[in-house]
Amino acid sequence: MLLKKRKRDGGEINGSSMADIAFLLLIFFLVTTTINVDTGIGMVLPPPVTDDNPPPPIRERNQMNILVNAQGLILMDEQPTAITEVREKLKEFIDNPDNDENLAVSPQAAIVSLKTQQETPYRIYIDMLDEVMGAYQELRDAASRANYGVEFRQLPPESDQRDLIAEMYPKKISIAAEED
Amino acid sequence: MAGHFKKKQAGSKQEVPTSAMPDVVFMLLFFFMVTTVLREVTLQVKLDLTQATHIEKIEEKRLVSYIYMGPELLPGRELGEDKVQIDDAIVEDIGSIRNIMYDKLLEEPKMIVSLRVDEDSEFSLLSSVTKELQEAGTYRINYSTKRED
Repeated sequence: MLLKKRKRDGGEINGSSMADIAFLLLIFFLVTTTINVDTGIGMVLPPPVTDDNPPPPIRERNQMNILVNAQGLILMDEQPTAITEVREKLKEFIDNPDNDENLAVSPQAAIVSLKTQQETPYRIYIDMLDEVMGAYQELRDAASRANYGVEFRQLPPESDQRDLIAEMYPKKISIAAEED
Repeated sequence: MAGHFKKKQAGSKQEVPTSAMPDVVFMLLFFFMVTTVLREVTLQVKLDLTQATHIEKIEEKRLVSYIYMGPELLPGRELGEDKVQIDDAIVEDIGSIRNIMYDKLLEEPKMIVSLRVDEDSEFSLLSSVTKELQEAGTYRINYSTKRED
């Protein structure tokens, strides 16, 4: 009688709550996971300036001097400029469609020099750099659309077309703190 | 006849087999366990990133080495002076950054330095850190920002 009963019950572990446990763990990891994408403004720094390695001579017209003070006021080649106008002015300077004598000889020669006061907040500096990057991006997009019909970022990475456009409008940006 | 039909329907149970559910859930669980990256450093400086529009993603995350800059977090929710943090420690001597970064560069020649700077910190600190990076030869940098909406 007793034996028969045991046989019928079987010796199984109840596994129905396993799914619940797994779900609980799953929800924990779902909540704690932060898929953080790192985004930012990419730059390549120039090598340090030493006596053996002086900075190359630059013609005045090829350099756009941008001064930003701690209050966020901007001077572009001694002219007060609103931040909303910076991008258009930069594009004009780099591209120089009318061959103006005071603007860059060619986009390859153009240098954007960004100078800020020592106590400028990082936020203002990045806003400024963002505008410079924006100007270059718009120029590259325009060139890419004219030549290949797509925007610059849609060109496949490490392709010849991409390198060509990047060479057409190289980002030559010099960053310095104003000496007091 | 009608009664016969009814009986048959009631007899055969219409159940979805759930025996594979734990396996499915475990698979999902493992996926999330593997992809989860727990924050490896504890920040000792306040860090509110600024926003920008023309930004790019860093695709190769294993190449990235971080430098944090911002006001030091002091006990009692107070903020100290602007400090530089690399890995888990605050670097007091700015001049030693070049050695730290140079050592890292030897380990990973294609290193990208991600500068995570608090939006209110002053440019002078960033400028001296950038000079150190130039001396160290770590030329690829990235000013970390959030995406502007």
